[in-house]
Amino acid sequence: MITKSARNLSVHLTRQGVLHLIAQNTRNLPVHVILIVAVIIFAFPVYLAFIGSTWDAGTIGRGAMPLTPGPDLVENYTNTLTSAQGGRVKGVAVQGLLWNSLQMALLIAIGKIIISVLSAYAIAFFDFRFRMFFFGMIFLTWMLPIEVRIAPTYKVMSDLGLINTMAGLTIPLMASATGTLLFRQFFLTIPDEYVEAAKIDGAGPLRFFWSIVLPLSRTNIAALFVVLFIYGWNQYLWPLLITTTRDMETIVVGIVKMIGTGEAQTDWNLVMSGTVFALLPPVLVVILMQQWFVKGLVQTEK
Amino acid sequence: MRRRVVFNNRFLPYFLLAPQVAITIIFFFWPAGQAIYQSVLRQDPFGLRTKFVYLENFQAVLSDPLYIEAIQVTVIFSVSVTIFVMVVALLFAVMADRQIRGAQAYKTLLLWPYALAPAVAAVLWMFIFHPSIGVIGKALNNSGLPWDYHLNSVQAFVLVVIASSWKQIAHNFLFFLAGLQSVPIAVVEAALIDGASAWKLFRSILFPLISPTTFYLLTVNLVFAFFDTFGVIHALTRGGPGRSTTTLMYKAYMDGYVNLNLGESAAQSVILIIIVSVIVWAQFRYMEGKVHYT
Repeated sequence: MITKSARNLSVHLTRQGVLHLIAQNTRNLPVHVILIVAVIIFAFPVYLAFIGSTWDAGTIGRGAMPLTPGPDLVENYTNTLTSAQGGRVKGVAVQGLLWNSLQMALLIAIGKIIISVLSAYAIAFFDFRFRMFFFGMIFLTWMLPIEVRIAPTYKVMSDLGLINTMAGLTIPLMASATGTLLFRQFFLTIPDEYVEAAKIDGAGPLRFFWSIVLPLSRTNIAALFVVLFIYGWNQYLWPLLITTTRDMETIVVGIVKMIGTGEAQTDWNLVMSGTVFALLPPVLVVILMQQWFVKGLVQTEK
Repeated sequence: MRRRVVFNNRFLPYFLLAPQVAITIIFFFWPAGQAIYQSVLRQDPFGLRTKFVYLENFQAVLSDPLYIEAIQVTVIFSVSVTIFVMVVALLFAVMADRQIRGAQAYKTLLLWPYALAPAVAAVLWMFIFHPSIGVIGKALNNSGLPWDYHLNSVQAFVLVVIASSWKQIAHNFLFFLAGLQSVPIAVVEAALIDGASAWKLFRSILFPLISPTTFYLLTVNLVFAFFDTFGVIHALTRGGPGRSTTTLMYKAYMDGYVNLNLGESAAQSVILIIIVSVIVWAQFRYMEGKVHYT
């Protein structure tokens, strides 16, 4: 028993996973089957959306859509992008919605990174009155996702005249503790000797920030950017409340509005090509920047 | 924790903090204060007079049968989503943790749904389960099983759970996988040398060792099910049929925006804030107690 296990262990020791050690006595086939089924179930809704975006509204509305691509791909996507006018729905050109979503996601990501890197720098590298008071104040916001305080926040927004503005859409989502906590955590790992050396060389706090701290933070900034871009792109409740004119809508809100009451008489072909436009940017970001995304996700949440 | 060597500057740190603190005060503390203030006031129907009513709004909310119903829906919904997501994600993670051909590809192929917005997930699942045009919805009806989530509250509930869980499974999968891969290999070796079976190894060694991850995901999933699923419900069922998918979050939205009952809506916001605080507090307490694991 022991010798057998020991021999197997020596074979497997170089591997990275842990449960591979279990696998030695079982075959891998059932594992592959389960994982492939999982992958197919995960991908099926998106595949079907793509198929839906290649047929005409009539075929889908009759419930006669095949599971293979149809002939109307180019027409549907062009229509959705430039006007989104179908036989039954009057949508809004998706190119405008995409532009709004892109602006929103970029502004939230960049804005949040800038304000949190600055505040974390102040908290980590300075000693000043009320330091812990401010830190605690920022930390508290970690507990309050925008959803729980929508009603009062909306009231504040309308008092400030920020309804239907890009500022109203983005600024309230920039303030949260995650970025500050992440950067503070990282800044605390920068050795004291760096600060001493900077002081001896006569570099002030701003010079130190710009020449040392920021370059060291590059990968953290990239990781946070990917996570925040997706967070911003996928917002739903907030844009739903803050935008009252259709030209300010984001793509995610826009496609749900196109469906209306969800009847069969919707131009599903346009809804589905709109949906593909809505999901493609964040999915591509996750797939292409997977390393940063995973790093950012694990760091901001843990 | 603080550094030994720091910069000394009279004004700079306040200047650096200013943007974040300003946004935090304007968009967090002011609204939260307003919510608490509004929650103890009542306006007459014309909005001309307000009076202080102590905790009457809370009393009204908590004794409202519709609110009690929303609490029940929320609890059943959150528990269903959380259990479903965690069981499936852990199964996938255990599978993908094995050293098999294409492990990295599987990881990517199981991770991407996390990028989808909950509302987009709802639209995709609606297109599959729509009773007359959806591939599966129509097939169910043709096979003699009447399927219409617009009319049947159980079916609506199940569909909302599926659409909500889909992207969250991808999220939990990533964390479980990371948790499993950080278990020290020596521990697993020792168990195997002692002759532990695969199941025994999982139950007695791996599962206890990833319990910090499990508990963390438990709280994350509860918060997700409470709040982030608003998009799914709004896009898919609008809280219906009847009130079968009206969660506390959806009800707060309806009462605050559609019915414009400010006092009770503010009281609902305060209750939601308390719920989140309790979950986050529980998480911190647990993390503190289990620090030696991580």
